[in-house]
Amino acid sequence: MITENKVDRSKLMDVIWDIQRKKFQITHDDISKIAQEFDMSRMELEGIVTFYHFYHRTPCGKYTIYLNDSIVSEHSGRPEVLHAFEEALGIKLGRITADGTFGLFKTPCIGLSDQEPSCLINFKPFTNLTPEKVRDIIGRLRNGEKPSKICDKPKTNIRYTPEPERTVFFKPYTTYSSLDKLNEYEPSEVIELVKKSKLTGRGGAFFPTGLKWQFCSQNEADIRYIICNADEGEPGTFKDRVLLQEHPELLIEGMILAAYAIGCSQGAIYLRAEYMYLKKELESLLEEYRNNGYLGKDIKAKKPFDFDIYIHMGAGAYVCGEETALIHSMEGKRGEPSTKEYFPVEKGFNGKPTVVNNVETLCAVPRILNMGLDKYLTLGTEQTPGTKLLSVSGDCGKPGLYEIEWGMKLREFLKLIEARNTKFILFNGYAGECLSEADFDREISGKNLLADDDLLHFKDTEEYTQKMSGKGLRAGGSVMIFNKGRDLLHVLKNVADFFVAESCGICVPCRTGNFLLNKKIDRIKLGHGEEKDLEEIKEWSKIIKTTSRCGLGKMSSTALNDAIFKFPEVFGTILSENTDFNKAFNLDDATIDYDHIINEMTSDYD
Amino acid sequence: MTKMVNLKIDGKPIQAEAGMNLVDVAKQNGIYIPTLCYFKELNPLATCRICTVKVNGKEITGCTVKVAEGMDIEVTTPELLDNRKAIIEMLYAEGNHFCPSCEKSGNCDMQNLGYDMGITVTRYPHVFSDKIVDFNPKRMIMESNRCILCKRCVEEVKTKDGKDVFSFVQRGVKTRVQIDYEQEANLTEAEAIHAMNICPVGAILVKGMIHEQPFGERKYDLLGKDIKPVVKKDPLRQRDGGKFIVATTSLAGCFGCHMSLLDIDTELLDVLELVEFNKSPLTDIKKFSKQCHIGLVEGGCSNSENVEVLREFRKKCDILVGFGECAIMGGIPAMRNFVPLKECLDEAYLNGVTTEVGADVVPGHEDIPKLLNNVYPCNEVVKIDYYIPGCPPNAQHIWKVVKSILLGEEFSIAHDEFKYD
Repeated sequence: MITENKVDRSKLMDVIWDIQRKKFQITHDDISKIAQEFDMSRMELEGIVTFYHFYHRTPCGKYTIYLNDSIVSEHSGRPEVLHAFEEALGIKLGRITADGTFGLFKTPCIGLSDQEPSCLINFKPFTNLTPEKVRDIIGRLRNGEKPSKICDKPKTNIRYTPEPERTVFFKPYTTYSSLDKLNEYEPSEVIELVKKSKLTGRGGAFFPTGLKWQFCSQNEADIRYIICNADEGEPGTFKDRVLLQEHPELLIEGMILAAYAIGCSQGAIYLRAEYMYLKKELESLLEEYRNNGYLGKDIKAKKPFDFDIYIHMGAGAYVCGEETALIHSMEGKRGEPSTKEYFPVEKGFNGKPTVVNNVETLCAVPRILNMGLDKYLTLGTEQTPGTKLLSVSGDCGKPGLYEIEWGMKLREFLKLIEARNTKFILFNGYAGECLSEADFDREISGKNLLADDDLLHFKDTEEYTQKMSGKGLRAGGSVMIFNKGRDLLHVLKNVADFFVAESCGICVPCRTGNFLLNKKIDRIKLGHGEEKDLEEIKEWSKIIKTTSRCGLGKMSSTALNDAIFKFPEVFGTILSENTDFNKAFNLDDATIDYDHIINEMTSDYD
Repeated sequence: MTKMVNLKIDGKPIQAEAGMNLVDVAKQNGIYIPTLCYFKELNPLATCRICTVKVNGKEITGCTVKVAEGMDIEVTTPELLDNRKAIIEMLYAEGNHFCPSCEKSGNCDMQNLGYDMGITVTRYPHVFSDKIVDFNPKRMIMESNRCILCKRCVEEVKTKDGKDVFSFVQRGVKTRVQIDYEQEANLTEAEAIHAMNICPVGAILVKGMIHEQPFGERKYDLLGKDIKPVVKKDPLRQRDGGKFIVATTSLAGCFGCHMSLLDIDTELLDVLELVEFNKSPLTDIKKFSKQCHIGLVEGGCSNSENVEVLREFRKKCDILVGFGECAIMGGIPAMRNFVPLKECLDEAYLNGVTTEVGADVVPGHEDIPKLLNNVYPCNEVVKIDYYIPGCPPNAQHIWKVVKSILLGEEFSIAHDEFKYD
């Protein structure tokens, strides 16, 4: 991918990673050196390094501990675990020990929501933490044991699949079996097949996959790229992690088939840094494919082709799950979403036509080929055939991974996962809907994405229930369950914090709008809220939604607005009528600095 | 030959070259789409989001749209106009924009848009975050307080060998533009001035070019529209002998707004026909003796007494009007919000150049009002009904607002009456 006379910027993040892993920080000198190597200004590089939260400009400890900060983790006992870490290490969150051995940091969801509380130590997973386990881990690390030797192997927790002939993903697979089809089909026939299968983007955007492939293949170019989006950052999602653990061969074969269909010669897997522990096995599997002639030059097919795949490591930025941000990140830039002037299939990676597909989408392709289109179309619903992977976490009897046929009623699904006393559900993660009992009769069908603008058309939840019952519920993959004991506002605050931390900052409405919404939640939480605050939340959300550049800003306030609509009783009891006085303004609090200064001075006189 | 396409903008049928930029097409046809970050057709930045329009019912930034056959474009719906206003207000709330002390006042794209949209106050609370002012570069000053992160400088200014001079660093609310000192030193004087000129606000300044003469061309002096404040429908009723009762006060202000009030000159006689002043520095009445129709508040809240007076005004006045920038957004006193209170006091009473030799006391007594941690705009303490912007507001402007509110009349304010820079 090297263009003439120019250093290959796509290797930049790998170079930074090497130094981060070796030195546990990126020093001033490193910045100078790398900037020179890549022929860029120091500050441009500084901008890239400071964009990703796993790169540190100051020492982060020989053992860098990242404790998951998401709400499910908190509900599973994170506060005690954090306390145990702080006590065992003698440092507070966000600090490193005096000898530089340990650093303790928080990070958003690390894709282990069904085995929380969990953490990463030097990017090795440690799950189901308890204070005892924490003390044990720290003790063993102090004794010189390596994190890679004592870490856990994350459980796949596959709780449910349909009967074998109706299962798509989680059933035995014969490696290479789908690649025989390369000799049977023309590339255009593969696209046609995928189009007919009605497969849509499983990352949650539901764009028709076949159509995307077709667009890309139709754009004239000397090179085309296929990128697998394995930057599974949506809190509560871990389906891609399980797929990569159980069936990485499906992904690789899906990518090979896509490359053949579209005419791509280069592929990449953008793997989130949180899943770094999966990299080694993936790489050796890729090598196996290479050795068997399925990757590399002259791959056997009806029309022989060249194609290879490499892995690009992310470095901690939720927004990179957005396809144009992901492409920028792969190009060694700040992971900011593009202006949307072009689709990636027109101008993507390095300005060339690029297809970005989710792991689950790509994994479905070899299965559809092997299963046959007719059989596949009998699964699920007519509009959305097939099955869907759902990552379930939170308050239920059986958290874990579920493969269900599209069309299952939410109520039925809740029974399946043994959720009792459910008060609300964050469906599709933090950027998704907040569901209440009013939604339980809807079906998980991938058919209809309810924009929360539509909420305004309903008088109350009763009317909503009537009209929405049976309506489709688009599922991206994350289902977080909260029972009646949970504090809705506290959960919404965690969601709001997440978006403030993860907004890339490129456009005003998302950067500052989310910050201001967060302040509103604080105000309500502290009991200073008035009715007009809710009105302002609704108005401001709408502005953020309609003017933000990418999906992050468009979705960040959905759950909050859903909750306001669906749980008037929660907000009703804590809000007061509108007044002419700002109750949040407390004169004693506002003069506290002055009191301190004067007290300190007068005590000097004594 | 270029292909022509037919499209509609706000219902008006328009023909244009296929693939042309929507903002330019609109401009050619006399339709104004406000922009802030947009300045080069070839490379729209789409960071400010102000040009958001609806294309076939879907919101999208106008600067990234290439016109095509059959497009139905909405530009000036009430919702879109409010979105634009909201974004400018958000920029004002997010940054620290003190126009009276800004070198680029009068030549600032954002200030002009503020006037143009009739913004008197931002609907959002001011963030007042501490931002970096970087004097280190050889030739330039980077004033992050005023930066709106439009990315013009990042994309446009490069050295001869193609390296970036300005870069975004950090992420989210912490994002800021940082100058690369080494590369900046390689710029020519002309290139540095170009960087300053493309900055739509006053964030990039070239040293030595700031105080000698008024800065820039004041390109916006002749532009602008009148504003029409929304007035509540029910007129106020006169009390006691047919006169309206007005109270005024100056909180953390300089009394400049009151001086401006006196500039009503001979019309003051008309004013006195219509109104009676109650508590006010003008009458020297210290305590409210009755409920008032209108309270005029100058200045923001800097100490505990300001807060108490303001709260009393809210109780005793049916309508509260904030006049002058300090009341509206904190103004000049709020510039101390970025310095710890201790440092402010030390500078004022202990270490400053004008302090008495040997002074070692910061005044503290129960009779002295306590300073607040921050200076607050009035609307963050109580509800304010109307705002009269300006530093100070024009006398005619103040009187027009007061009179119209009292009589419940619709009114509009001419552009030159509310433009103060």
